[in-house]
Amino acid sequence: MAGLTLRNVGKRYGALSIIQGLNLDIHDGEFLVLVGPSGCGKSTLLRMIAGLEDISEGTISIGGKVVNDLPASKRELSMVFQSYALYPHMSVRKNLAFGLQNFKVSRTEVERRVAEAARILQIEQLMDRKPRQLSGGQKQRVAIGRSIVREPQLFLFDEPLSNLDAELRVQMRAELASLYARLGTTMIYVTHDQVEAMTMASRIVVLRGGKIEQLGTPQELYTRPQNLFVAGFIGSPKINMLQARATRDAGRTVVSVAGMPDFAIAELPTDDQALTLCVRPSSLRVGTGDVTGEGTIRLVEYLGSETLLHITLSSGQVLLASDNGRVPYRMGDPVTIGFDLSDLHYFDGAGKRIEPTQKESQVQ
Amino acid sequence: MKRFFARNAPAYVFLLPWLIGFFLLALGPILASLYLSFTRYDMVSAPRWIGWGNYEYMFTRDRRFWKALEVTFTYVALAVPARLIMALGVAMLLDKGLRTIGLYRAIFYLPSLLGASIAIAILWRQLFAADGVVNQVLAMVGIQGASWITDPDTSLYTLVVLAMWQFGSPMLIFLAGLRGIPRDLYEAAEIDGTPGWRQFTRITLPLLAPVIFFNLVLQTIDSFKTFSSAFIISNGTGAPADSLLFYTVYLFNEAFKFFRMGYASALAWFLLVIIATFTAIAFFTSKYWVHYENERD
Repeated sequence: MAGLTLRNVGKRYGALSIIQGLNLDIHDGEFLVLVGPSGCGKSTLLRMIAGLEDISEGTISIGGKVVNDLPASKRELSMVFQSYALYPHMSVRKNLAFGLQNFKVSRTEVERRVAEAARILQIEQLMDRKPRQLSGGQKQRVAIGRSIVREPQLFLFDEPLSNLDAELRVQMRAELASLYARLGTTMIYVTHDQVEAMTMASRIVVLRGGKIEQLGTPQELYTRPQNLFVAGFIGSPKINMLQARATRDAGRTVVSVAGMPDFAIAELPTDDQALTLCVRPSSLRVGTGDVTGEGTIRLVEYLGSETLLHITLSSGQVLLASDNGRVPYRMGDPVTIGFDLSDLHYFDGAGKRIEPTQKESQVQ
Repeated sequence: MKRFFARNAPAYVFLLPWLIGFFLLALGPILASLYLSFTRYDMVSAPRWIGWGNYEYMFTRDRRFWKALEVTFTYVALAVPARLIMALGVAMLLDKGLRTIGLYRAIFYLPSLLGASIAIAILWRQLFAADGVVNQVLAMVGIQGASWITDPDTSLYTLVVLAMWQFGSPMLIFLAGLRGIPRDLYEAAEIDGTPGWRQFTRITLPLLAPVIFFNLVLQTIDSFKTFSSAFIISNGTGAPADSLLFYTVYLFNEAFKFFRMGYASALAWFLLVIIATFTAIAFFTSKYWVHYENERD
């Protein structure tokens, strides 16, 4: 096992800068997820760690050793590719053994490790098949098996589940999580799917435009997003964003949102007047809340355990609220929608998180 | 039946020129030559049936026939691997992702376009002549070159070199095949510390096998039929000392110089048998070394 340190890491293709000045400490034994929209540089970063891409600036160290100039094979890591990258002309057994044969590993040891990986991933009955005879999920297991047999210090996953159907993805997600629990090896996992990130990660790095937007545990990212981008990216269904105006008034800040009554909160540490106010769909409540407004139900999405309500306020703003699914709502019904002040997230004009100077409970 | 034609009529309309060409211009002569191979025919008097006479003469008494076979087999055995290795090598260089790849592809393909032409054969003869460019260049570095074409020991090899130089068309096919191998496989191999030569033998070659097989069959057939370059360079005779007596050159001379059309027909049919045999062997062995991605199990 090994930790990983990235210092001022940058990647450029000619004039095009993909990653700039990135600093990151990945702890030994951590499951770190790199998440972000396509083109954010997450796969490039993973490939730089793997040694498949040159590092234009900065240093990458694995287990305290700078690996910038070390070839991929010397970095003691293994990688699972999105396409699985199985050798189509080799049986599962040969696919598993192929990498090991490059290192001075005895034949009995190769057999032992291959058998062990097959047992862990429950692919023992597939060992003599060719990849084309396997289903997507089975191929995925073989790809993971191929990385396990190396017994690496570091596992890299490049969107490994994105080629699987929804049901299998959920299943493989759980299996990867239990594999991590079992091996305890450092894992770096790239995905664009925030649900995957939330469910598996010890910590998540949200990337955008080659920069880290936020680094934290799934709970931190969900409950205290540091900027509007993270607020919007993490959480499903997506967070509601409302344009608001802030006015200071005798140590308090009065917030105005179109379609809602004004309300006062503890002072916000900003001079910006235009704010963005965010509230999760699960924090919006029908008929109650510290602040309430009137709206109309435009769409009802019944999901069984919850119902998603698309509500239009009198201002035209659309809000998404999730309800427990027990009340039958109908499209076109008028509805009172509200939220508690403690559930609000405030972002200044630049999209940066701001917090009231005091907790509401302390304000007289 | 009516529906079959209604549905397939456009296909047959488009096939028509080929069908007319095949039945009128090809099938007739093919069948005629099969018949003529059992006759003695000098193109003046009527063919005279002699049964297996031509074939018997070919195998038992015609020493030049065996010489022609020897020259042709030697040539095929050298030229096919040489051209394929050359083609694969250049394709792998071009596959490295050069920016001007389009230009290089065109330049490298050019010899193949020109290669079968009479002009190139003449050019080749001059290049390798006793006072040709090759020897002049060798002389500059102090090497006394042989008279490549007039020396029976070297003449065949100049043609092998010419064949090597015409690597363009298999190269393009190899290039397409190489492009079809996913990069991920090499990257996975890279991470697993697979050395370059092992990547080549364990990934590139097996995944390229269908393309190698295709090129091998095509080039073998092509090489057995080599004619114009040998004909031009040997002045149509197979000289020196029959060292360039390619099967097709011998066949041509029998037919159009000595007007032994019946015997030439028998030679042609035997060449067909040779080519068919080699192709069949290639197909038969292919199941042991060619892996197809979409093969049914």
